Amino acid sequence: MPLYWFLGPLAGLLGVGCYALVGSRRPRSDAIVYGISFLCSVLALGASLTHLLTAPAASTLTLPLGLPWSGVHLRVDALSAFFLVIVNLGGAVTSWYGLGHGRHEQAPERVLPFFPAFLAAMNLVLLADDAFTFLLTWEFMSLMSWALVMAHHRQAGNAHAGYVYLLMAGMGTMALLLAFGVLAGADGGYHFADMRAGLLSQQAAALVLVLTLVGAGSKAGLFPLHVWLPLAHPAAPSHVSALMSGVMTKVAVYGFMRIVFDLLGEPAWWWGAVVLALGAVTAVLGVLYALMQHDLKRLLAYHTVENIGIIFIGLGLALAFQANYLNDGAALALSAALFHVFNHSLFKSLLFLGSGSVLSATGERDMERLGGLIHRMPWTALAFLIGSAAISALPPLNGFVSEWLTFQAILISPELPQWLLKFLVPAVGAALALSAALAGACFVKAFGITFLGRPRTPAAAQAEETDTRSLTALFVLAALCVLAGILPGLVIDALAPVVASLNGAVRLAAQASQPWLTLVPLAEAKNSYNGMLVLLFIVFSGFLSALLIHRLASRDARRGSAWDCGFPDDNPAGQYTAGSFAQPIRRMFGSVVFQARERVDMPAPGDLRPARMTVSLRDPAWDYGYLPLIQVVNTVAGRLNHLQFLTVRRYLTLVFSALILLLLGLAIWR
Amino acid sequence: MALIIDWLVQGFQMLLVLALCPLLIGFVRKVKARLLRRRGASVLQPYRDLRRLLLKEVVLAESASWLFRVVPYLVFSAVWVAAALVPTFASGLAFNWTADLIAIVALLGSARFFLALAGLDVGASFGGIGSSREMMIASLAEPAMLMMVFTLSLLAGTTQLSSVAQYLLTDGVGLRVSLLLAMLALFIVAIAENGRIPVDNPATHLELTMVHEAMVLEYSGRHLALIELAAALKLTLYLSLLACVFTPWGMAEAQAGWSAYLLGLLAYLAKLAVGGFLLAVFETGIAKMRVFRVDEFLGAALMLGLLGILLLFVSRSL
Amino acid sequence: MYGLVFDIAHMLAGGMVVVSFLLLYQDRLYALLNTYALHALLLALVVSWQAYSHDAPHLYVTAGIALIFKAIIIPVVLHRIIQRLGIQRTIEQVLGVGLNMLVGVLLVALAIIVMLPVTAASEALVREDLIFALSIVLLGLLMMITRRNAVSQVVGFMSMENGLVLAAVGASGMPLVVEISIAFSVLIALIVIGIFLFRIRERFDTVDVQAMDAFRGERP
Repeated sequence: MPLYWFLGPLAGLLGVGCYALVGSRRPRSDAIVYGISFLCSVLALGASLTHLLTAPAASTLTLPLGLPWSGVHLRVDALSAFFLVIVNLGGAVTSWYGLGHGRHEQAPERVLPFFPAFLAAMNLVLLADDAFTFLLTWEFMSLMSWALVMAHHRQAGNAHAGYVYLLMAGMGTMALLLAFGVLAGADGGYHFADMRAGLLSQQAAALVLVLTLVGAGSKAGLFPLHVWLPLAHPAAPSHVSALMSGVMTKVAVYGFMRIVFDLLGEPAWWWGAVVLALGAVTAVLGVLYALMQHDLKRLLAYHTVENIGIIFIGLGLALAFQANYLNDGAALALSAALFHVFNHSLFKSLLFLGSGSVLSATGERDMERLGGLIHRMPWTALAFLIGSAAISALPPLNGFVSEWLTFQAILISPELPQWLLKFLVPAVGAALALSAALAGACFVKAFGITFLGRPRTPAAAQAEETDTRSLTALFVLAALCVLAGILPGLVIDALAPVVASLNGAVRLAAQASQPWLTLVPLAEAKNSYNGMLVLLFIVFSGFLSALLIHRLASRDARRGSAWDCGFPDDNPAGQYTAGSFAQPIRRMFGSVVFQARERVDMPAPGDLRPARMTVSLRDPAWDYGYLPLIQVVNTVAGRLNHLQFLTVRRYLTLVFSALILLLLGLAIWR
Repeated sequence: MALIIDWLVQGFQMLLVLALCPLLIGFVRKVKARLLRRRGASVLQPYRDLRRLLLKEVVLAESASWLFRVVPYLVFSAVWVAAALVPTFASGLAFNWTADLIAIVALLGSARFFLALAGLDVGASFGGIGSSREMMIASLAEPAMLMMVFTLSLLAGTTQLSSVAQYLLTDGVGLRVSLLLAMLALFIVAIAENGRIPVDNPATHLELTMVHEAMVLEYSGRHLALIELAAALKLTLYLSLLACVFTPWGMAEAQAGWSAYLLGLLAYLAKLAVGGFLLAVFETGIAKMRVFRVDEFLGAALMLGLLGILLLFVSRSL
Repeated sequence: MYGLVFDIAHMLAGGMVVVSFLLLYQDRLYALLNTYALHALLLALVVSWQAYSHDAPHLYVTAGIALIFKAIIIPVVLHRIIQRLGIQRTIEQVLGVGLNMLVGVLLVALAIIVMLPVTAASEALVREDLIFALSIVLLGLLMMITRRNAVSQVVGFMSMENGLVLAAVGASGMPLVVEISIAFSVLIALIVIGIFLFRIRERFDTVDVQAMDAFRGERP
């Protein structure tokens, strides 16, 4: 598939963005913008899918733009084609959702111009083939998403979210800039092909790894660089949140993979250990953070952090295997990570879109003020339920398949020779299982408190089901979750060229030829899983039992008031809330991780004020990371403040001594 | 022909666990009663209870949604499928390869997820308490279980239960302290997952520490019957798992012929009886724990599992 | 390598590590003492199996000492002391049980990493015994620093000593004289500690060692 097939959709996206700059106030402008975005995304999706499935050689293109001596290099290979599929699938679904949901937008002039530009920017990052283009489009992507985060800038907290995001994005880009600088060397080229050919010393390669972890990791949301993510993602309009959480974090994963797996050359074994440990910590802390939230969208955003952790566990395993030339294991780990990338883009987009429907139907994001929505919004509830089950890694849905593959990769880790890795990987496996189980708890809470029970506020009691376009978008994603879960072999075969391109041409055995489409990643271990049969068995036995019971036993049902051990409480405030649901887990883990403290204020008998329980949580990332850092910066800035009030002679002295110092350094170094 | 016999044996196993599980519950209750010097109900009482519940009409709370009515069938069939995939009297059944041990554990996780949702559906406080605690217990039981799977996979090179049983039967790994640790961990997990003493009390309905019984409090009639049957199936599953992994003796191989199947069946029944008896003795001898000590109990299982893996590394590197 | 002799020795020595973890898990005094008795019983079994399999009859004496003194006399005496003192039967811990055991697992990993390369030349069982012994010693130390109660500190100390005996038996077998003198010194240590316990109790009305910190003026 030649590259210029992508240029048309890109031009369309950028063009409609420009149109929206002037025309967003016109009636029907949202239909035009989202419609054209949808068309362009579908076209680009078709092009990238064709590229991924036919797997031709990489195609390149140089545009006479940008820096005069180099131009803009574009290239599409298997890795970028895979991520292009994810970006454009997400783009198409969210645009379609926008067609229905867009009319709820209060400030369309702040959303419409940036939405297609954001899509185009993500596509361009994936196509970039030199450091200059990559950084430029990366920063463009950050800025467009920042503008979307600031769309509702008058709401409390959003301005702060935008500020933190801008700072972190700037820092991330700077780290990537430095990483590319080290990769290129003193006189190397900035074209990716030059970097691939160049040889780096051990120290320089390690430096690049660390810088990439900071740069791409901060965009993806690795702990402790995740702090902007749960602030910024929920602040944007919901379909943009879906794009940011479901898709943009994947572009960051792409950046990491492109640099570390493709450009950097052969890994050292301890890289795997670093990435694994970071991934495990991120996964567990991410889901614990998520469990402590009552804001539905913020819960989803924190949960993205967890999934990024799982993806990085897969990548870390792949690095560890590659460093030891165990390429079969690396193929398994890479497939698992890429599969999870795909899955997470599906179900996180689905859940964010669902939360957007809830938000526009009730005006509430706080779960403590929702409840009972399954009666008023049954279809949204069904789609959200499928997404919740998929993200909690429940068979036979897709989230389970990628976690199962990651576990299989963990199980062959004893082949690794290094003792640190031998010990680390089982612990990471325990952390992964812990985060999967906690994710289950988290989504029982998210779905159960929001959609089940009785409505806690009038707004929730009077919610209306959303429009059909939004529902179509939700159900397309839900159907993909089910399909990827029951036919995982096809997805893995589609991923195989990507894996082979990063892994010295080693890939997993073709899965489509297995009997009954069973998943058998490594033939010698004989571990197998067949989601389709599991689903069939469950459906069969469920229907059989229902049929038999209804025919032979009883089929009567009567409505009555709830039993509740004889003391039913009509007040919906007496139900379990999000806070009380998470209380056991808060006591178990939160007291250590978040220094969670509960203070109960029980009034004396006869005192008429209500009893209160206050829970205080501390965020370790802020307490031990950012707040001390801010303190240091403030102190240094305060000290340096008087530099502003010097005489001209003093300033000249400063400049002069700096010059002399530099010259001296040069003299000594040479 | 061989294929048909394979399918028949698989179908037989599916019906066998379904038919046996109320008997196991009745047997455990009977042993407990005798140990307390009561006479106790007949071992067939669970069957009668199920029949009575199935014939009764269902009373639904006004705030119950469609999910509440679907969940019992979903939970029952997920647990049934999981139980049918654990080798009981013969290994190498026709569909054993559908799911390995990790997938079986995850299937039980699916059942738990939906049951916990059903606990929240009516919007009564008891259901919430049960769901919330059930998820807390699961959050530690699952990692502990996975550590056990890891140990097995290190020993046998696979997580496919059928192959694990075959390997342990034929090759033999000798006495390994890691196996002991894995067994301890699996035992603790089984206790917690089935809501037995000391984690939860299956016999009470009106105690504040209850977990599973609180979660299903709003269920009645055929729905309750299905959920109780699923709970019984789950207990049978865990006992079969313990039997299959740690005492695989007597289990028939694939296509072994009728006499081997019969022998395997007898051995399986004997193992279940011994397991049920030991469970009853254990439950009688120990007191119920405070709910916030359960995390220590399960945390210990997790740590023992990790320790098992470490010690296995030692044996392997010698 | 995987003969029955090796298997049983492995099971017993590994069992001692497991019981060390159970010691870390226990937070009631009587259960702690019973678990300690189990620890010592396992030690006796390890030593007598070693005596049987290596045909070293003098090790039976060591096993006998472990059985009589450590598995019977010491727990019984400590039982009595607790009864006489009327100590509160739960133990306050500095770390939670889960965290405590996590640290324990890390210590075992450390023991493995340290011991495996050092003992590369020895035979398999010796290497394993040394690893287990070091783990038990480290776990005993961990127990001593994470418990506030003096009795459980004594138990931690004793389990450490069991680890040392395991190492000695596994390595080459220690001379009988040394073994007997160690056993008696432990017994004397027990007596001294017992007397101390009574004295602490008389003065401070508790056996929580934090009270002594306050007495020294470390904690106001």
